Amino acid sequence: MSTFVSDFKTRATEKAGDLRHRQVIRTALRGYEIVRDKRKAAFQSWESARQAAAETKWEAVNHLDKHLEALTAKLEARGTKVHWASTGEQAREIIAQILRDKKARCIIKSKSMTSEEIHLNHALEKEGFTVVESDLGEFIVQLRHEPPYHLVFPSMHLTRGEIKDLFQKELGDAPSDAPEELTMVARRVMRQKYIQADVGFTGANFAIAETGMISITENEGNARLTAALPKTMVTLIGIEKVLPRFADLALFLPMLATAGAGQPMTCYNTMYSGPRQPGECDGPEEWHVVLLDNRRTELLADAEQRDALHCIRCGACLNVCPIFRNVGGHTYGTTYSGPVGAVITPHLRGLQEWKHLSNASSLCGACTEACPVKIDLHHHLLQNRRNASASEPAFFERLAYQIFGIVANEPAFWSLAKKLGWLTQPLQKVVKGSALDPARAWTKTRDLPAQPRESFKDWWRNRK
Amino acid sequence: MTVTLFIPCFMDALYPRAGISMVEILERLGHQVVCPEEIACCGQPPFNSGYWNEARTIATPVLEKLADAEAVVIGSGSCGAMVKNFYPELFKATRHAELAKQVAARTWEFSDFLVSKLGVTDLGAKFPHKVTFHDGCHGLRELGIHKQPRALLAKVRELELVEMTEVSCCGFGGTFAAKFPMISTAMGEVKCASAAETGAEYIVSSDSSCLMHIQGLLSRQGKPTKTVSLAEVLNHQ
Amino acid sequence: MSERENILGRIREALKVNAPLPGWHGERSAEHLSAGDPAANARNLAARSGTASDWLPLVGASVAEQFELFAKNAADLKADFQLLASRDELKAALLKLRDAEKWRRVASHGGELTDFACKALGLPVTLTDCGYDVQEMEQCDAGITECDALIAQTGGVAVTSRSAGGRALSVLPPHHVVLARREQLVADLPAAFALLQQKYAPDFPSMISFITGPSRTGDIERILVLGAHGPKKLTILCV
Repeated sequence: MSTFVSDFKTRATEKAGDLRHRQVIRTALRGYEIVRDKRKAAFQSWESARQAAAETKWEAVNHLDKHLEALTAKLEARGTKVHWASTGEQAREIIAQILRDKKARCIIKSKSMTSEEIHLNHALEKEGFTVVESDLGEFIVQLRHEPPYHLVFPSMHLTRGEIKDLFQKELGDAPSDAPEELTMVARRVMRQKYIQADVGFTGANFAIAETGMISITENEGNARLTAALPKTMVTLIGIEKVLPRFADLALFLPMLATAGAGQPMTCYNTMYSGPRQPGECDGPEEWHVVLLDNRRTELLADAEQRDALHCIRCGACLNVCPIFRNVGGHTYGTTYSGPVGAVITPHLRGLQEWKHLSNASSLCGACTEACPVKIDLHHHLLQNRRNASASEPAFFERLAYQIFGIVANEPAFWSLAKKLGWLTQPLQKVVKGSALDPARAWTKTRDLPAQPRESFKDWWRNRK
Repeated sequence: MTVTLFIPCFMDALYPRAGISMVEILERLGHQVVCPEEIACCGQPPFNSGYWNEARTIATPVLEKLADAEAVVIGSGSCGAMVKNFYPELFKATRHAELAKQVAARTWEFSDFLVSKLGVTDLGAKFPHKVTFHDGCHGLRELGIHKQPRALLAKVRELELVEMTEVSCCGFGGTFAAKFPMISTAMGEVKCASAAETGAEYIVSSDSSCLMHIQGLLSRQGKPTKTVSLAEVLNHQ
Repeated sequence: MSERENILGRIREALKVNAPLPGWHGERSAEHLSAGDPAANARNLAARSGTASDWLPLVGASVAEQFELFAKNAADLKADFQLLASRDELKAALLKLRDAEKWRRVASHGGELTDFACKALGLPVTLTDCGYDVQEMEQCDAGITECDALIAQTGGVAVTSRSAGGRALSVLPPHHVVLARREQLVADLPAAFALLQQKYAPDFPSMISFITGPSRTGDIERILVLGAHGPKKLTILCV
């Protein structure tokens, strides 16, 4: 058993039993659910919007090369430098080189899960650059030296008391545990950092092929400032995030806000088409856009699961997933958690090492139902399981199913199996829950049903 | 009509009363019921674990046995989804591909069969208790079963239905319950708490596998809430 | 071969096999995976009837209804929206703000409405048009800008680096005041995007921003806090 899966099981067991943690997550999500449902109901037709969004993303991803070429041409025509990175390592090197060229010391960052994916902060800090996360949630987890807990709400797992203690310890500045006061602490800390940072680094939500733009969605204004003040701006974006047209944003921005946060629109939705242009009074002199593959082309090549690349990173699937809700984001042990993480991580990081994320699901389908772009998430989990066992079947598990097949298909064996089950019931009661109990996985926390003497088939046979 | 009723493996062994109720209801409605004895399991356990060759080994005789059925009714939502939605996928690009699609087109889950195919909602049943209904995920999201059980329960005399505020998976998920027992248990605890909030005496479901998991937790925790299959409620006088 | 060619090459190779059409969950037959004919698949995409305006939240047809909706949405967002009948009323509103908020210095840009506003306020002004000192802007109590559109559907405002004095002016000072004309009201987001495209394409301002309420965060226990990094107050004066 690889260490990833044993770590996952250990953490999952711990978190599933942590009632306080479960309650924090429930409370955090309950507020979101109420506003999300209200906003979805406000749509004249949320389902038609989903279908249109699904088709638009299908169009985008299935003509990805053309859209990326158009995007790049338009960006370069207005002075943006576009870089292409096949791997995370290449992307880190491209970004580090830009910083070296600019003799930068301090980088201010706005939220970017893609930069988490390539472990950018760690690499830059190792080289001696100062990296400041400006998004409040990211700032908090950066101080705690832990990864973001959720795609959209990085500090969802923390109470105000914990944040107050953190600010007191790390910043020496925590007047109270009121969210308003704590937010103002972060605002004060960031102020001069925006103004003095050498480089502003952003993520991106969408890339518009038609007009050569990068679109960034946020609530705080930190990305706006990151893209306004520093002399050099760097944006990292996964290649799959294209949309064909400028007008497509009119649908995607409110859908992202609705599904992701239960808002009609997030506070700032900003489209950048270049560095500072002639006649403009501010903005970066240089803008670098780094396009990242990092095995997305492998997922693209899996036509059955290609729609997983349609993901707009809203987090709606996380919010409805009963696994996520009970074990939390850190349990997954990788950048992308929840259902979408369970689908794509085996593709981006290796099927055999990460198939356990696809296994850890009851396939309830809530994720697929919630996805604003109709990704067939829960069926992809099933497909990952099929692919994993086809290439590396587990000997005993497969043997068990082969034996089960023989028993199930032969009425005489099936009858015998039922009879044995009934006869050994008293024995089961004796070993229940102990190391001798073969059903221990069940009986540790649950009672087994009592098997009646007469099965359905017995009854059916007898009545004839 | 002649209804081929497929009572899947765990119902056969552990919840025969639910299957018996289905037979009695269908016969009272004037249909001839046939229960093939040679088939026991739809093949979902290996299928869900990704062992599709082994799933096909189990599913092929099932498919062949159901080939000539006029109407196939399956006693549980998850097995119903397996035959109706997943057999076409499982048998894609095999010599049974066409047969799988045909059988799927003639397959219903029990409550769906009554309401959507037969147009029946009143079975003359009486069940003087406060109940809440748990929607099994496969039935709900794969087969679109939500209105049908409620239409049937609405006609059961003296029954009071209270809905849970939260719709969530009970945590059974087949082999998931054994492979990730603590997550499965946590999910079940959330479901039991949700049901307890309604004050219902009984949790009703058209999926006996869900009920097995929920009842297992309730019994271990010594909670008074009981579980009962939809078919038994509809057959209750 | 450059990384660009590597990546594009891998994409083209991958796209040789077509993916199932979107939203097809019930259909699992092999017909959907017809290799090598993206045009056919594109034609097969479910004929979409309607546009985004038909699916997004409803907006009334009349201007009066739209202003009412805008006002309601702005209030929900905790943005201060005032519909004013004349330049005199605009001046009065600005003076009232200046005195209530105790402004001592403001930042702004050149423009018909902003010139009028700055003159009315009679305060020292940091103008951004020819460049500015950021530390000086940081001392300003408010940033006053014009805009491109008011969007009834969302209660939001569209600004650009060309129409609103650059990138920082509408986000750095703690109070953002937007000056708008009645004709700038559009019904919904599709209309706003169409307007921007028509007005600016192909030479877009390097920044276009949709501002929907004052800056906010819910990162601490999902409690809404205003003024996270951007302005804590947003005032929209429409004349």
